[in-house]
Amino acid sequence: MNKHWYMLTLVGRDRPGIVAHITHALYEGGCNLGEASMMRLGTSFTIMMMVQHEGSVKSLQQLLETEADSLGLHMHVDHIEGGLHHHLEPDVRLTVYGADRAGIVAHVTTALAEAGLDILDLASDVGGTEADPIYIMHIEGRAQQGVEALQSALDIVKQEGIEAQLTAIDTMVG
Amino acid sequence: MSLDILKYPDERLKRVSTEVETFDDELRRFITVLEEAMRAGPGGVGIAAPQVGRFQRIAIVDVSSKPKMVNHGCMILINPEITEWEGMAMGREGCMSVPDFTGNVIRAEKVTFTAFDEFGEQHEYRSEGYEARAIQHEVDHLDGMLFLDRLVSRRTDLFQRKVYQKKKD
Repeated sequence: MNKHWYMLTLVGRDRPGIVAHITHALYEGGCNLGEASMMRLGTSFTIMMMVQHEGSVKSLQQLLETEADSLGLHMHVDHIEGGLHHHLEPDVRLTVYGADRAGIVAHVTTALAEAGLDILDLASDVGGTEADPIYIMHIEGRAQQGVEALQSALDIVKQEGIEAQLTAIDTMVG
Repeated sequence: MSLDILKYPDERLKRVSTEVETFDDELRRFITVLEEAMRAGPGGVGIAAPQVGRFQRIAIVDVSSKPKMVNHGCMILINPEITEWEGMAMGREGCMSVPDFTGNVIRAEKVTFTAFDEFGEQHEYRSEGYEARAIQHEVDHLDGMLFLDRLVSRRTDLFQRKVYQKKKD
């Protein structure tokens, strides 16, 4: 029987040991793992992982049901096309930060998208205090219209009180 | 005939290479084909002999194809030895022996090193930036190390270096 790739998403209250419990259940069920990204966001556990499994969406959900329920995790499974070995190489890294307010991400990413940015990786945090939160965002991506176009877009954003830095990534292959 | 590149998880990439003692025509012929192998790889700016299954301390670095990078042209590095490290910088690395993966690695910004050329003459060099990174990557190969051994989290960022200038009186 053919193995299919699925994207498994799990979200719930964070606690130690979730990854071990889930991956153990998947392993016992004959699954193979691909790429994964786990983040604690706020107080929540979140993970998205590529899982290779012989059966259907339903059978993968059944495989994990007991474990997910006992850990209090909400589960979502999608069948996905394609598999591993499709990495795209980022050529630019951006750091954006400023006093937190609604619209920073929308504003910055819209300007960057118009200047040709294809985002491959994005992670953001809110730090500071409750009274004065600060927003910090890291982005890696591909500058499809060149790094200069992105820099010009950032320069405009920066006039509005958002700090932003752009660094070209020149991957050394040896 | 071009040489095949060993790919991790081939255990031989973890071997420590031995010093070159004889600088002869055979060595020079090998260096020619090693350079061909480097240039055959997409975007390759360096190669080390163990990557083609010869466990001797031989490497080639040539970053002259990269615009704006300070460089020494094509460097033949035999028994290279880094003697000084200065500063640190994070950069992205890939490797012909580790296809379809790149990662962030912290390296010294500047290095001073000695190496013999293919005729057995010793030279001292100072490299910085991208070329220094390539040198450190290749010397690692000679010690059985891959950039995978030095990965830092992809969420890690080194803050851009501020240049502090002394106040003029």
